[in-house]
Amino acid sequence: MIWSISWRNVWRNKIRSLAIILAVTIGLFGGIFTYAFMIGMSVQRTNAAIEYEVSNIQIHNPKFFLNEEINYTIDNPNKLITVIEKTPGVKAACKRIKCPGMASTSVTGTGIVINGINPEKEKLVSKLYTKLIAGKYFEKGDKIPVVVGQKLAKKLKAKVGSKIVITVANVKGVITYGAYIVIGIYKTGNDIFDEANIFVESKGFSKLIGFDKSKTSEIAIILNNNDDTKKVTDALQVNFINEINKGKITIQTWEQMQPALNAMTSMMDIMSYIFLIIILIALAFGIVNTMLMIVMERVRELGMLMAIGMNHKKIFSMIMLETIFLSIIGGVFGIVISIFIVNYFNIHGLNLAVVGEGFNSMGYSSIVYLQADNLFYIEAAILVIITAIISSIYPALKALKLKPADAVREDA
Amino acid sequence: MGIIDVKNLHKVYSDTKIPVKAVNGINLSFQEGEFTSIVGPSGSGKTTFLNMIGGLDTPTDGEIIIDGKNISQLNSRQLIDYRLNHIGFVFQSYNLIPVLTAIENVAFILQLQGKSKKERNKRAKELIDAVGIGEKLHNRPGDLSGGQQQRVSVARALASKPQFILADEPTANLDSKSTNDLLDIMLKMNKESNITFIFSTHDQRVMDKARRIITIDDGVVVKDERIDD
Repeated sequence: MIWSISWRNVWRNKIRSLAIILAVTIGLFGGIFTYAFMIGMSVQRTNAAIEYEVSNIQIHNPKFFLNEEINYTIDNPNKLITVIEKTPGVKAACKRIKCPGMASTSVTGTGIVINGINPEKEKLVSKLYTKLIAGKYFEKGDKIPVVVGQKLAKKLKAKVGSKIVITVANVKGVITYGAYIVIGIYKTGNDIFDEANIFVESKGFSKLIGFDKSKTSEIAIILNNNDDTKKVTDALQVNFINEINKGKITIQTWEQMQPALNAMTSMMDIMSYIFLIIILIALAFGIVNTMLMIVMERVRELGMLMAIGMNHKKIFSMIMLETIFLSIIGGVFGIVISIFIVNYFNIHGLNLAVVGEGFNSMGYSSIVYLQADNLFYIEAAILVIITAIISSIYPALKALKLKPADAVREDA
Repeated sequence: MGIIDVKNLHKVYSDTKIPVKAVNGINLSFQEGEFTSIVGPSGSGKTTFLNMIGGLDTPTDGEIIIDGKNISQLNSRQLIDYRLNHIGFVFQSYNLIPVLTAIENVAFILQLQGKSKKERNKRAKELIDAVGIGEKLHNRPGDLSGGQQQRVSVARALASKPQFILADEPTANLDSKSTNDLLDIMLKMNKESNITFIFSTHDQRVMDKARRIITIDDGVVVKDERIDD
């Protein structure tokens, strides 16, 4: 009957109860929405980084990172790729010639990273070809083709069909020039990447810089499932233990190559929880206030309950249950509304075109696909219940301090 | 020896500038089946006295012996159990639980005693019938008149099969008809079931029905009068 009394007590003052239920609903929705937004943004950024930029795993010569030096190469990449592609969890692998250079048009010039790729193999590893906003991807018969990012194209004032001159130091360190025709312009949503990276066919590019075709600068590996990154990396490290020990190669995960991205993902996750907890703390004060009002209004009733023999434990439970009911109703509404809205924006995306440029400049897409896993909803529900329990302690203790003899004679 | 023996009972309120002696050495004995009114002017100490024998307040000095046990030595947890199992309360303002129906209000006290649902519903219904509002079983207090609410309150007080019932100004908020009806019910219970009633009252109608009238003034018993049928 304690449950029944608590439940019915919730509805004694409908407007007040609805106000607190609404506060919990909106607060929880705010917390979940923020979490889903931040996680959606960071997951998208991570996926984009994997799909268009770094893949899941990369292999380099350990000295390559000193200055992305063209001479620090991987020997026998095809042999390595054969082993890599047989490793469970690996979807595909491809090699790239990578070096810094300069891109110029008649208008201006800028520093870039040149990616010499085999377009067909690259397609298996990178989805960049899906991000073309003008022109086309590499096709047979293209003459000196180059694919550039929109940001770079804008900077160079180049469009499809424009000529770009690439200046690069060849394997002997001699400055070399090559003219390329823009055949495609891509936009990944990460302005930093789009402004820095151009893609050319490795066949022609290796000729330009005198690169040994039996070597490569980079092997990019894409996996079937990103969660297997560590497992596959460990397996590859076992497979290539000799090469690693001899200092010929180093294997890195995307998290090692993009530590800032990984840190950002963790930070957003933590921030979301902090934000949710701040909301719940604010709600807790509201709940405490409401429950105190309720206790003060029911002094005589509580005194009577004590007088007729209701013990402290039951009085405490009754007030706690009422608080939990109030919060759970708000919590359920908050979670249900959040599930619908998060799912809607998970499918359709939240278009932030108004501030899109700012987002892109930080490497984030302007269309955010909200995302929250089921565990977070469960955690949010548990946090609401914990908030309710904590919020009910002070009002319940206040009730227990009432003296039944005085309370029963209190004016209504 | 009665069902309640009060020996040299004192209550001093010391939280005021000048300590107030609300009860100042009361010695009384109540026998089973008595129908007693405690009367006296406001501030005479009758409510304080009633609160102490009801275990709602603790004496500064003296003893309250019920069934051979001195309840003034019980701690708060023991007092709650004592009240639940030995005393029925009827309050001036009825003090029913507004969200429960009449039958639920009566059954509630039985649930606190740990009785089964079947048992408590059966007894609650019997008591509601006994106080004459059997047709109002499922009405909430807000849908009942003052007299009807006080009848539910009496049924609730009887539900736990207490040794005695303490009624603090039970008729103060009732009209004449409701007062007479309520007193008739309580007298009937007293006669038929030998239940002990102790009232604190100003109401002449209650005094007229009482068979013992104890007058308290300035915290002492100034008159203890037994009225023969």
